Amino acid sequence: MKLGLDIGSTTIKCVVLDDENKLIYKTYERHLSQITDKIAEILNRVRGEIKGIEHCPVALSGSAGMGVAQDCGIDFVQEVYATRVAANTFIPGTDVVIELGGEDAKILFLTNGLEVRMNGTCAGGTGAFIDQMATLLNVPLEEMDDLAKQYEKTYTIASRCGVFAKTDIQPLLNQGARKADIAESIFNAVVSQTVAGLAQGREIEGQIVYLGGPLTFMSELRNCFDRTLKTKGICPDNSLYYVAAGAALCAEEVIDFDEVIKNVKNYRGSGNFAFNSPLFESEAEYEAFTVRHAKANVTQQELKGYSGKAYIGMDAGSTTVKGVVLNESGELLHSKYLPSKGNPVEIIKAFLEEVYAINPELDVVSSAVTGYGEDIIKNAFDVDYGIVETIAHFTAAKYFMPDVEFIIDIGGQDIKCFKIHNGAIDNIFLNEACSSGCGSFLQTFANALGYEIEEFSKLGLFAKRPVDLGSRCTVFMNSSVKQAQKDGATIEDISAGLSLSVVKNALYKVIRASSPDELGKRIVVQGGTFLNDAVLRAFEMEMGAQVVRPNIAGLMGAYGAALYAKRKSKGEGKSKLANADDLSHFVHEIKVTNCGLCNNNCRLTVNSFGGGRRFIAGNRCERPITKKAPSSDMNMYDYKLKLINSYQPIEGIRGKLGIPMGLNMYELYPFWYRFFTELKFEVHHSPASSRKLYQRGQQTIPSDTVCFPAKLMHGHVQTLIDSGMENIFYPCLSYNFDERLGDNHYNCPVVAYYPEVIRNNMKDVRKINFIKEYLGIHRPKDFPKKAYERLSFYFPDLTLNEVRVAAKRAYEEYDAYMEKVRRKGDEIIERAEKEGKKIFVLAGRPYHIDPEINHGIDKLIAGFNVAIVSEDVVSPRVDAFRTHVLNQWTYHSRLYAAAKYVTTRKDMELVQLVSFGCGVDAITTDEVREILEEKNKIYTQIKIDEITNLGAVKIRIRSLLAAIDND
Amino acid sequence: MAELKYDKKTGRLLFTKQMKREGYMILMPNMAPIHFRILRSVFQGYGYNCELLETTGPEIAQTGLKYVHNDTCYPALLVIGQFINALQSGKYDVHKTALMMTQTGGGCRASNYIYLLRKALKKAGFAFVPVISLSFGMEKNSGFALTLPLIRRFVGGLVYGDQLMLLSNQTKPYEVNKGETMELVMRWSDKVSKMLLDGRGYTLEEVDENLHKLTKDFSKIELNRVPKVKVGIVGEIYVKYSKMANNGLEDFLAEQGCEVCLPGLMGFASFKVDNRIEDYKMFGGNRLKYEFCKKLLDYVTSLETLMIESAERFNFVPPHKYSHTKELVKGVIGYGSKMGEGWLLTAEMLELAETGYENIVCTQPFGCLPNHINGKGAIRKIKEIKPNANIVTIDYDPGAPKVNQENRIKLMLAVGKEELKKKIEAEAAQSAEA
Repeated sequence: MKLGLDIGSTTIKCVVLDDENKLIYKTYERHLSQITDKIAEILNRVRGEIKGIEHCPVALSGSAGMGVAQDCGIDFVQEVYATRVAANTFIPGTDVVIELGGEDAKILFLTNGLEVRMNGTCAGGTGAFIDQMATLLNVPLEEMDDLAKQYEKTYTIASRCGVFAKTDIQPLLNQGARKADIAESIFNAVVSQTVAGLAQGREIEGQIVYLGGPLTFMSELRNCFDRTLKTKGICPDNSLYYVAAGAALCAEEVIDFDEVIKNVKNYRGSGNFAFNSPLFESEAEYEAFTVRHAKANVTQQELKGYSGKAYIGMDAGSTTVKGVVLNESGELLHSKYLPSKGNPVEIIKAFLEEVYAINPELDVVSSAVTGYGEDIIKNAFDVDYGIVETIAHFTAAKYFMPDVEFIIDIGGQDIKCFKIHNGAIDNIFLNEACSSGCGSFLQTFANALGYEIEEFSKLGLFAKRPVDLGSRCTVFMNSSVKQAQKDGATIEDISAGLSLSVVKNALYKVIRASSPDELGKRIVVQGGTFLNDAVLRAFEMEMGAQVVRPNIAGLMGAYGAALYAKRKSKGEGKSKLANADDLSHFVHEIKVTNCGLCNNNCRLTVNSFGGGRRFIAGNRCERPITKKAPSSDMNMYDYKLKLINSYQPIEGIRGKLGIPMGLNMYELYPFWYRFFTELKFEVHHSPASSRKLYQRGQQTIPSDTVCFPAKLMHGHVQTLIDSGMENIFYPCLSYNFDERLGDNHYNCPVVAYYPEVIRNNMKDVRKINFIKEYLGIHRPKDFPKKAYERLSFYFPDLTLNEVRVAAKRAYEEYDAYMEKVRRKGDEIIERAEKEGKKIFVLAGRPYHIDPEINHGIDKLIAGFNVAIVSEDVVSPRVDAFRTHVLNQWTYHSRLYAAAKYVTTRKDMELVQLVSFGCGVDAITTDEVREILEEKNKIYTQIKIDEITNLGAVKIRIRSLLAAIDND
Repeated sequence: MAELKYDKKTGRLLFTKQMKREGYMILMPNMAPIHFRILRSVFQGYGYNCELLETTGPEIAQTGLKYVHNDTCYPALLVIGQFINALQSGKYDVHKTALMMTQTGGGCRASNYIYLLRKALKKAGFAFVPVISLSFGMEKNSGFALTLPLIRRFVGGLVYGDQLMLLSNQTKPYEVNKGETMELVMRWSDKVSKMLLDGRGYTLEEVDENLHKLTKDFSKIELNRVPKVKVGIVGEIYVKYSKMANNGLEDFLAEQGCEVCLPGLMGFASFKVDNRIEDYKMFGGNRLKYEFCKKLLDYVTSLETLMIESAERFNFVPPHKYSHTKELVKGVIGYGSKMGEGWLLTAEMLELAETGYENIVCTQPFGCLPNHINGKGAIRKIKEIKPNANIVTIDYDPGAPKVNQENRIKLMLAVGKEELKKKIEAEAAQSAEA
């Protein structure tokens, strides 16, 4: 007999194998992070049930068991290795094992060259992720699977990270998408994450085995894998126990049960973990703190029987819905704070019904709504005003502190902060890429550890050594928390540590502040998360400042909306808000459809509320509503895209040559097109990017943290190959053209060398001539000769003279292209000046004109009736100047120059597009911001990825416009 | 206190002669402990008052996060965090302190570290602290000059550092008398430091003689050659060498009973010089610079030859021969891929697999741009060429928990151990047959 233990991130498994390797004992239990107690308990139990087990070899596996095993004298087996041993023993002939666990995902390739892959620093697409999503959908985990089976349509949900997925799902829920469709979409995201993140260029084929909790319990998840991999995998008996069984198979050492149980029980880890000073040293200190904060207070009056004028404000937030009723002097008559449970419409309806029930005679003069669900609520209930969240919060904060300088709101899933400058919103920070450090994060942890959130956060108030957990992703935080527990941190220390990390995340990840002075001394904090005293205290400690927290911190959005409605109505008239009678006839139906009016083909959710009132969500432009195409003649992005697509192939004697349309090709295509057309090639570029095109190359992406524009290249090359191109030209370019704006003129490493990745990871490029030579277009004199040398290897009949002529034409074409772009830009600017329109410099890289990359953000912005130009239109308008960074990349030099130019004009604003994972932008964003802020311009950054939540983008743009209007 | 002078064109705060004269303390990050101790004495020999920062601990990363964009690579966060932490510690007279940082140039973000450091200094209220760029001509300071003689001594220091690291890695896991290897490392690094401080020990003849003696001393260490899993470490240069950045990777591997091989800094130096030669060949350029770089590479190569010869003389696995390493990567990654560690990273993995260190940890900061190409992006191809290569890539950043990293490395080691076992069994079977 042999015994194996598997300590996973959430569960513990134990098996006993007999001498024929038959499973004779098994147990599977959640350990609720009480790992050591559970091990001791299980060992004791097994000893009682299996005779003679004390004299058998024992081994332990699992990520959470490493430290314990070492210190308590049990052999440790790495868990993927254990899985491999078990698979080879129990299912010989297995080619690939896919195993999903609580926090990890693994693929094992057993045949044709053993390879084992596990998720690295990202835990998107694991069991924990599915758990989180179930919470978000407000369905028990067990029901997810049944729900998913009833799907009709699927949505695209970001597959990289749980946090991203969350931001995708929340708007879907708010827009009324069906839960069944979302559940299935979540499963698809898991599959996509596993395949894209782990396969890394290796095909998953042959006999596939599914292991681990999520794949065992959710048959629909297995189906999703089957469909994507075009195969039928098996989920064997005891699929939960493979790691434990593998450990047992590897076991060699006989342990002394008494000794080990004693060791395990006494195991306290290293006792070393980084920690901060306590939140409160004494009860007295806490007392003083509470008294101080009790001063920021809104008076509560009776709603029942109130006969004056009333104002209603509502805030349909991402995870919670808030509603308030105010009297004429801004006092609170009624308020409600409820979880949105994925359907804000129902909650708001209930809120209004309650208000009318308490006071049927209520004279509502005006109403306003804000938050994620603003649009749908406004339509559903005929709310008078819809306002952007930032304005709502600012309005509310001013009520408590008229000279407020800085407002920070930490809500369920988002952080919003803004600086106030001369009475206007000046600088807005939103968390777009990351929601760690928000309320839902604390909640998830509290629940995971078996507490209610209120109780949990109170635990931290007097913790002696609050754990230093840093400020990163939720999933990493999970592991850090576990590590701290192992190292002896108490639950109190962890609670306080999590509160601190919420604050640090907000300050250093979102706002990126280095000192309180930078943010001002007059600070109002709000949002439900700040009702938590531990978070509030942590914030004050980290900032070294005393702040104001209104007693209605959680209601501030709604309160601000109500104040706004009050101000706008000037206390006159009657609100058109749905009354009790309207509510009694209220209906809400949801239909999902595809727009189909342009190639974006947005997935629309059509909400009908009876009486012909409709609300469409999911659209990127106004077209499905107005049925008119957005005007594109003042949109540079649109122009450039059309221009680049106007280069048509011309038949040539040397045959077809394909160029993948991505990254730098969005600007260099005219150059290479002319060059090769002159050399008598028929030059084709790959078709427009699309989700489908992306998926065609997805399996061959080796690095899951590279930027999305680079990932798209795999799809472009694959599409070219599939269309029968014999030659594909995609050169390595260390240098770009020198535009004399900076110290050097490099391309970033990814743009420069991505052809190497394509060549080394896409096996199909071997079937064709894949030309990825290193060329120096930055040296027009040397270029023809060097290009001739390189290219004659592929096309021996080329002559140097031909190449010289072609090169000359190519440089001319490039110049002509850039000239056209600039001229059109000038034209747009001139016209905007004439019409008195605002001009937005949408600054990014050439490839940001790809609609699959920018997600139609240009159109969205154009919808606000502003002119859009790109950075390269205005960058030539300034001379080279000194920057505080090494200005060494051509594309980035343009950004600095554009920013500099924008500061010289009152009618221009700069919005920077940043691709997630762009390392270079970690440098450029700060510099661009500095250039703008030095001249009191507002800096706006939009992070974009595979999927982008346009809702957040809208908030930014609306707030920016509101801020400019206030000037 | 020295007068603060600024560069006219760029406005950069300069490190002046007066500062040197006044004995400004120059702080340097300690990337590779064996090397940097020796290199420090080269600078001391030239009258610079320098100190290596030995501080560690979570507050360094925290300080970095506070003053540098959080998405910047981990080495920048650590190095800048360490500097500011030191300035804030009260240990130094901040008005008589300067900071030194390497600046390799090239299209990687790393060339910007020095600018980020200056930005951070300004934010932290230390704008008056001068920063010296240790680079070939990127930024000039009147008080600090990389003269040819200094460069020769510096390169001499690299040679000793590389050799000590190489040899100690081959003896330490097997030494019978625990601690003997490290004692010898200390003795020899003291010895060569003293020589370099006195302005000796860097000519080819002296290097040859010293390497011979040094290597001979290591060959006398009594060893017990039990079979061990042999692991190579490659990656982004700071994360690869710095204990603080890689969470004590070498120590961890030693605990797991492995022999470790870290390719030396000389290869990287050759690579950086060679880049300029390749650039000229690929795109054209200044012929004089090209000729100069060729001479420089020849010089570095002659030193490399001395290292290889001495190692071979005493039956050690010699350091990689740059020209051979370069040959290996032909057809895998082009020589134009020069940003960061460039093609050298890929080449080192191939070389390690060839020389018996087929278990490889490829380290990089989270989101490292060049490693998308040369690390993660090249592994599939490496495995095609060297099917025995057993590679794990590990990302480092302030939020990546050590336990996850170690777990992944353990997986790589489990496969490595299995292969080792097979090899031992095969050998046993063979000798039984014989």
